[in-house]
Amino acid sequence: MSEETTTFGPYTHAKSSISRTMGLVMLSLLPATLFGLYQFGWPAIFLFLTTIVACVVAEAFSLRVAGKPIKPFLMDGSAVLTGWLLAMTLPPWAPWWIGLIGALLAIIVAKQVFGGLGQNLFNPAMVARVALLISFPLEMTLFNQPAPLFSAQAPGFLESLAITFGSSDSIDAVSSATTLGHLKTELGQGVGLPEAATTTASIWQQLWGQTSGSLGETSALLLLLGGLFLIYKKVITWHIPLSMLGTLALLASLFHLIDSDSYVGPMTHLLSGAAILCAFFIATDLVTSPVSIRGQILFGAGCGLLIYVIRTWAGYPEGVAFAVMLMNACTPLIDHYLKPRIYGRDRKGEPLVYSNEGADSK
Amino acid sequence: MTTGKLFKLFKIRGGVHPDDRKQLSAGQAIEKLPMPPLLHIPLQQHIGAPAESLVRRGDEVKKGQLLARNQGAISAPVHAPTSGRIMGVGGYPAHHPSGLSVRTITLKPDGEDEWLDSLEPCDDYDQFSPEEIADRVARAGIVGMGGATFPSAVKLNLRKRYSLHTLVINGAECEPYLTCDDRLMREQAMQVVEGVKLMARALGVEQILFAIENNKPDAQASIREAAEQSEMITVVGLPTRYPMGSEKHLVQTLVGKETPARGLTADIGVVVHNVATARAVYDAIVLGRPLISRVMTVTGESIQHPKNVEVLIGTPLNNLIDYCGGFTEIPERLISGGPMMGQPLPSLRVPAVKGSNGLLALSGKLNRATTEMPCIRCASCVNACPCGLVPLDMANHIKAGSLDSSVKLGLLDCIGCGSCAYVCPSHIPLVQYFNYAKGELASRQRTQHKQNETKRLAEARNERMEKIKQAKREAMAKRKKEMEEKKRKKAEEAAAVAGAES
Ligand code: SF4
Ligand code: SF4
Repeated sequence: MSEETTTFGPYTHAKSSISRTMGLVMLSLLPATLFGLYQFGWPAIFLFLTTIVACVVAEAFSLRVAGKPIKPFLMDGSAVLTGWLLAMTLPPWAPWWIGLIGALLAIIVAKQVFGGLGQNLFNPAMVARVALLISFPLEMTLFNQPAPLFSAQAPGFLESLAITFGSSDSIDAVSSATTLGHLKTELGQGVGLPEAATTTASIWQQLWGQTSGSLGETSALLLLLGGLFLIYKKVITWHIPLSMLGTLALLASLFHLIDSDSYVGPMTHLLSGAAILCAFFIATDLVTSPVSIRGQILFGAGCGLLIYVIRTWAGYPEGVAFAVMLMNACTPLIDHYLKPRIYGRDRKGEPLVYSNEGADSK
Repeated sequence: MTTGKLFKLFKIRGGVHPDDRKQLSAGQAIEKLPMPPLLHIPLQQHIGAPAESLVRRGDEVKKGQLLARNQGAISAPVHAPTSGRIMGVGGYPAHHPSGLSVRTITLKPDGEDEWLDSLEPCDDYDQFSPEEIADRVARAGIVGMGGATFPSAVKLNLRKRYSLHTLVINGAECEPYLTCDDRLMREQAMQVVEGVKLMARALGVEQILFAIENNKPDAQASIREAAEQSEMITVVGLPTRYPMGSEKHLVQTLVGKETPARGLTADIGVVVHNVATARAVYDAIVLGRPLISRVMTVTGESIQHPKNVEVLIGTPLNNLIDYCGGFTEIPERLISGGPMMGQPLPSLRVPAVKGSNGLLALSGKLNRATTEMPCIRCASCVNACPCGLVPLDMANHIKAGSLDSSVKLGLLDCIGCGSCAYVCPSHIPLVQYFNYAKGELASRQRTQHKQNETKRLAEARNERMEKIKQAKREAMAKRKKEMEEKKRKKAEEAAAVAGAES
């Protein structure tokens, strides 16, 4: 029959949509986020809201400028998620303008300039984080000890408003380094690792997240839970998280075995900083990671390797953002070279040939 | 029968699990549709050349009489579904989304339903040779009834060119909603199994794998029972997954081998036939009945009473809807076939044809078309594609107008199953892109072919003209020579005469 037809099936559809996908990601981020907000109190809540609202406004503005329909694109939830992820990686008591500038960078520079949803090469939240880290090294590395809401050491509501929206003097008093930052400094000063480690949080504290760090990165356990939920819901597959964490753990164990005095062990690498958040929520960002399984495994392994290298030998204690961006840049190449094998063809694309043709039939 | 319990299955990649909604009609036994007032029987209901009409307006025909004979090797004849008078042979809307007019025989039933034995029934069909079986199947006008409509006899003759070892009977019925094969297996297991055995003999294979998805336990049980006596037949339960019924994927699941790209399953020694085709083969060979009816599922949320009905070929579809109690609401879409790979119907006037397995009236509530969003590279389509393609890349290249690069990415390996579009969260009509590109390529090829043909003809003509000219020249030269010869002779003669005279 002829081909001149206008519509094609399928006439039934899975209950999938972009907003559902984004919604599931947010849902799985929720436990770790709530924990982070609780543990760092009102300033963290203010910062979190500022960042998200700024992202949404920036998105609406860009859509308007680009002449695209605003409603369907705002409703898809991608801007909220970007803001959410960015806020998770900021120091919880950072001033409001860090969140605002970050949001503008993420949405306008990293996403809309590239052509909007689905077109960006780099993960918007990571672009913003790296840019902020380079431009405002001081604000971006000031971490404070947990001060859970309503606890004695927590700042009150007004005081918190001052922390987030006022001048930043009050912060210095409470600043404290992250586990990785602390270890790096100590090592740099010639203090041996076992000694330095005694002053950092215990593994248990890191697992739970009762340690200083970025707003939503501290609770490895809750992040892991969310990540597993995402895999269960088939929003992401296990390939990137496993290959990334696996590579990181492998390298860390290897060097730790060789010289346990100057190389941090695998547990610390896995549980501290943005490793878990990155493995499940950032490296797996749909838009900026490869689409084939083999590509994803390579991508994950690359992230793990770069994170280890940057954390261990480069100037930044926290290598996640750089690592992910570097691998993002490789994604088109990976996608080009690592395609799935087509049914009935070999890896080179030639039709399969069965050499034992005559033998196995008849 | 050997037991299929422990049969080792192989994994295929991709696939999806659509909500199968078979419960709407699965419980309904096959009913015979009352005789419609008019039948419109298209001359082309199969892949290949259309049949050539043998009747004219005003002719009286009997049930089963040959109405149109096959033209060429890949074609199928058409028979009268009932007795009556031919009202005309002319254009009528096709059972196709375009609704274009195609040559159709219109038959007014006389109500007698009187048979003419165009194929003689026989009891000793065990004695039939493979050639006889294939010949009868060809004469009965049987085509692949799972929807592919490839003439079945051509497929039965594959033994001549390939060494075959396995016949696979496709009872997967993996499309949602459809239950006609399910009912056929449950209600007419004996006929189906006998038909299967006949096909196996025609093919000369040594084993028969009867594959049925696990969501049809009753069908599995009745086929098991009917096949109990046969050593050759193994009933295999398939995991429920779309597109399990895709020929090449079904074969891979069963024998663990992929069909080479652009090849046939026969390349790996396997031939696949559909359940309904098996029953048609039984009818043709044992009962001597050509293919004049088939079972269709009439279902969907907008149908009052979903049913499985046996319909005469050529029955206008609105008769089916009426028989099922009409619509409960105005359906969002009318589909011929299943919701994954079926095609929209232009109207309900079009007739049921040999390849129609379902008539779906889908409700807007469940199948609303949503706005298309940009691709978010979520890889859902890559993971769902059973053919190992990267649908998002192919669609991008097609959108950018570079069809050739989409072909390099495997466009022609795409089976159009729709799994990718089914899962896409951005609701991108991927299959539409692919089918557009495939159509475009085919028409380019045709144009190219036409150009080549024109060129060839022109060259041939030039050559012919050249030859004629050459012949003329030669003839002229010859005449000239003869003339000269004559002249010379004359002159010589004259000289001789003169010499003699002198
Ligand atoms: S499923 Fe749709 S959105 Fe996802 S990668 Fe494929 S085309 Fe893009
Ligand atoms: S329609 Fe084609 S590209 Fe899409 S899933 Fe099926 S075979 Fe793959």
